[in-house]
Amino acid sequence: MAAGSTYTPIATTTLGSAQATVSFNSFSGYTDIYAVCAPLFGSTSNFQMTFNSDSGSNYSNTILVGNGSTAVSDRQSNQTRIVAGYNGTSSSQKPMYQISLMNYANTSTYKTALIRANNAGSETIAQVGLWRSTSAITSIQFAMQNGDNFQTGSTFTLYGIQAA
Amino acid sequence: MANTFELISSTVVGSGGAASIDFTSIPSTYTDLAVALSLRTNNDPDGGSYGICAISINGSTANLTQRRLQGSGSAASSFSFSNAQFPVDGSANTASTFANGSVYFPNYAGSANKSFSIDNVMEQNGTTTYMALIAGLWSQTAAINQLTFSAVSGLFVQYSSAYLYGIKNS
Repeated sequence: MAAGSTYTPIATTTLGSAQATVSFNSFSGYTDIYAVCAPLFGSTSNFQMTFNSDSGSNYSNTILVGNGSTAVSDRQSNQTRIVAGYNGTSSSQKPMYQISLMNYANTSTYKTALIRANNAGSETIAQVGLWRSTSAITSIQFAMQNGDNFQTGSTFTLYGIQAA
Repeated sequence: MANTFELISSTVVGSGGAASIDFTSIPSTYTDLAVALSLRTNNDPDGGSYGICAISINGSTANLTQRRLQGSGSAASSFSFSNAQFPVDGSANTASTFANGSVYFPNYAGSANKSFSIDNVMEQNGTTTYMALIAGLWSQTAAINQLTFSAVSGLFVQYSSAYLYGIKNS
């Protein structure tokens, strides 16, 4: 990750109470977006994200996951969100997610997300997600796959990276 | 514009080598910590094929666990360990080749147990090398104020380096 003044915090959220969705809006003017999320789960589920509140079947992802004994790769197409997880995260585990969105504001290409999902109690994941839209990403929604709430103390931070 | 990615401290190993690289008195004034590593050891404790680096937090290797996803150049595998160790280039590997790694600690001064990630690659002009993606957990609620990177056997050789950055979210 590049150092210096090109790495700018856009917004951060630390949950003071449980809530189902965390959204970020208004992050124009950057080249790339980098998100660091440390959500706390109330029940076993996976972390997921959508862009611009699009719930259509416009997402796909390819995952490489290690569960501590085996490594596997899997893929889903025509999904309604990008799911960052495979075996699930429980309420006792402390996952963290690092998400890079390159060239997120262009209006010519589909958008790719590069994801590292880390859960020492369950799995290590390297993943790529695709949103089949040429729209600029103007908002990001994080949620749990089963619709449950993120718990108090969950943290979500968005950084903007400028090429110049 | 905010300067959110600040160098806290750095170490470049000198000609005598070093058993460890130690960052002490890490302030709690940042949101996250990131460490950029370039490491090579002069010994190969695991079957003579590579070196190993171990992370200590606040002076201890206790309460550390990891789940690792690893590629060797011929196969992908996964392991669980009760430590924060990972493979680096050692004396058996191509000379002048250093492993490169990135370690990231979000919310390192918070009151919850600390999860972290390690992305590390070793490379050489040989048959086997290892790329390790690691989910780590330090099951302690104290703020992280010390990070130590140790050679499990032997020394880190000259030009090994570690750079510790503090990241602010505002």
